[in-house]
Amino acid sequence: MKTIKREYLLTALILLAVLVGAFVLDASLPSYHIAIKVVKKACVYSLVAVSMNLLNGFTGLFSLGQAGFMLLGAYSYAILCIPVAKRAGVYQYFDGGIVQFSLPEFFSGFLGGTVGPVVGMLCALLFGGLLTALCAYLIGLPVLRLKSDYLAIATLGFAEILRAFFQWNALGPLTNGSNLLKNYPDIGGAAAYILLVGVFIAVILLLVNSTYGRAFMAIRDDEVAAEAMGINLAHHKRMAFIISSFFAGVGGGMLAMYMGTVQALSFKSAMTYEILLVVVMGGIGSITGSIITSFLYIAGLEWLLRGLDSGTFLGISSPIFKNGFRMAIVSVIIMVVVLFFRKGIMGDRELPDLFRPRKKAAKKGGEAK
Amino acid sequence: MSENVLKLENITMQFGGVVAVDNLSMEINKGEIVALIGPNGAGKTTAFNTITGVYEPTNGQVSFLGSPIVRNHPQGKMKKAYKGAEAEKFARQPVLNPTPDKITALGMARTFQNIRLWKTQTVFDNVLIAKHMLRTSNVFSATFRFNRAEEAKQRAEVAALLEIVGLTDVKDELATSLPYGKQRRLEIARALATQPKLLMLDEPAAGMNPQETDELTAFIARVRKDFDMTILLIEHHMDLVMDISDRIYVIDFGKLIASGTPEVIQNDQRVIDAYLGVEEDA
Repeated sequence: MKTIKREYLLTALILLAVLVGAFVLDASLPSYHIAIKVVKKACVYSLVAVSMNLLNGFTGLFSLGQAGFMLLGAYSYAILCIPVAKRAGVYQYFDGGIVQFSLPEFFSGFLGGTVGPVVGMLCALLFGGLLTALCAYLIGLPVLRLKSDYLAIATLGFAEILRAFFQWNALGPLTNGSNLLKNYPDIGGAAAYILLVGVFIAVILLLVNSTYGRAFMAIRDDEVAAEAMGINLAHHKRMAFIISSFFAGVGGGMLAMYMGTVQALSFKSAMTYEILLVVVMGGIGSITGSIITSFLYIAGLEWLLRGLDSGTFLGISSPIFKNGFRMAIVSVIIMVVVLFFRKGIMGDRELPDLFRPRKKAAKKGGEAK
Repeated sequence: MSENVLKLENITMQFGGVVAVDNLSMEINKGEIVALIGPNGAGKTTAFNTITGVYEPTNGQVSFLGSPIVRNHPQGKMKKAYKGAEAEKFARQPVLNPTPDKITALGMARTFQNIRLWKTQTVFDNVLIAKHMLRTSNVFSATFRFNRAEEAKQRAEVAALLEIVGLTDVKDELATSLPYGKQRRLEIARALATQPKLLMLDEPAAGMNPQETDELTAFIARVRKDFDMTILLIEHHMDLVMDISDRIYVIDFGKLIASGTPEVIQNDQRVIDAYLGVEEDA
């Protein structure tokens, strides 16, 4: 492998260009600019969508617990990162809460004021991921015996239970009940998000292309054959479930970071559906598809199509451009995509596949970035 | 007599009130090709599935290389409903009911009556995935590529295996894009990749034309020679069965009605009545 193949070189160049673009964006625009917000949110959605794709797309387990897992990650991050001085204000109904330390402050104690907080925030994210993974292990014990729709319903139910549980007043000293958690730090701008999410997605990509990833796909394609070829179904399903949940937890932590406030109420099942939509539209089994669709979806919904709600879109003013019209258009776009790209935007292909010379008959549904 | 590879003792499989396999006992010795034949619905595939762990037999014991791997006796509701024989024989011994993957890990690999390849994977990956079972890496070392040596070794083994079975030229094609005969061959290659000691083929020639069947017959004979393999097969193509089998077991309505060499079976009146029939224009 002395010469790097053309398609990988092009892929690397595109990724580099995206990163440079993010740095330029950070440097030239104020941090509250909508473009930066869109990039940050799309990054978070990318990570969660890819984690969902690992489970639903690559292992073939139809799970809808993503919002619940994100909630765990988000609360972990928020609780561990609120500065000690501000805890009294945040937990005003619960005497300042029971957690009286903050990881960013703890690490800046001996790593300095610039590196320390970042390390602390990363630790909080990873802790959120690990906690979610542990939770997934426990839920997986009963739930993973179920198949297809039943698994989806069970995981969905679990996510809803978790949301209600976190709003429980008795847990107030820890979770602040149904009140907001806020005042915790954000890790940085668009470039920081892209770097962080890039690392996590790279890990998932490595996993998918490893011997375990291939075993997951074998389970998806034919469970009976996979088991007959010596793949332990229970073990591998549990593994996929736990790993997917870990990254969903980390994604939840990053969502908390991005939003600036956390409230259990916002982690509704609608959030899971939103991510499922991204996964399906991007292509079940395509990591690139999930990422591209996350960006298109978030950019469209939060930014580009805003005009449809506020009266003027692409310079056209119309009385029908009122609140809610945006969602109607989004629905139409989704239907068009589903009709014309039946396997999603990317099918099961990845970015490098787009640059390969087409050997076989060109498949429908190709669209470069 | 050579080493005993597979031994079935009093295997009975009862679904509700239907006895699909009734008190079946058979033995396969090392290096043999043994065929299990019988009319449709005789219980051949059911017997297969009890051996490979897909079904838990109602009663009986399966031993592999001398040690019991599957064992059961009528329990619970089945205690009353049981219609088979030898209900007490294994009652005092612990029940063994491993999942199919554990049985495959012991060294028994199978193919399927209706081809079950992994559809979205290439020919090469289909065989490579079967090697997953033999890994020593855990998920972390595999993800972060600390298992390069093992991966390279497995890839080399797969390439060599594909060369032997003659699928090297199509190794990057999707498994399902192959012609039928080659898909069958790929399924056998995939089973061989798990490095089994016993290969179990469930109707390998189903749906094949005479020419493909001849090729398959030669292929199975070669697999036995090249891999020093013991083979158990279920088959309806009598040409193939009579050609390559060392011994044949015939079952009808779940019961063993005859066993022996192809010559013995061909002249057994009960087998002729139940299954082979007489050639009308002979």
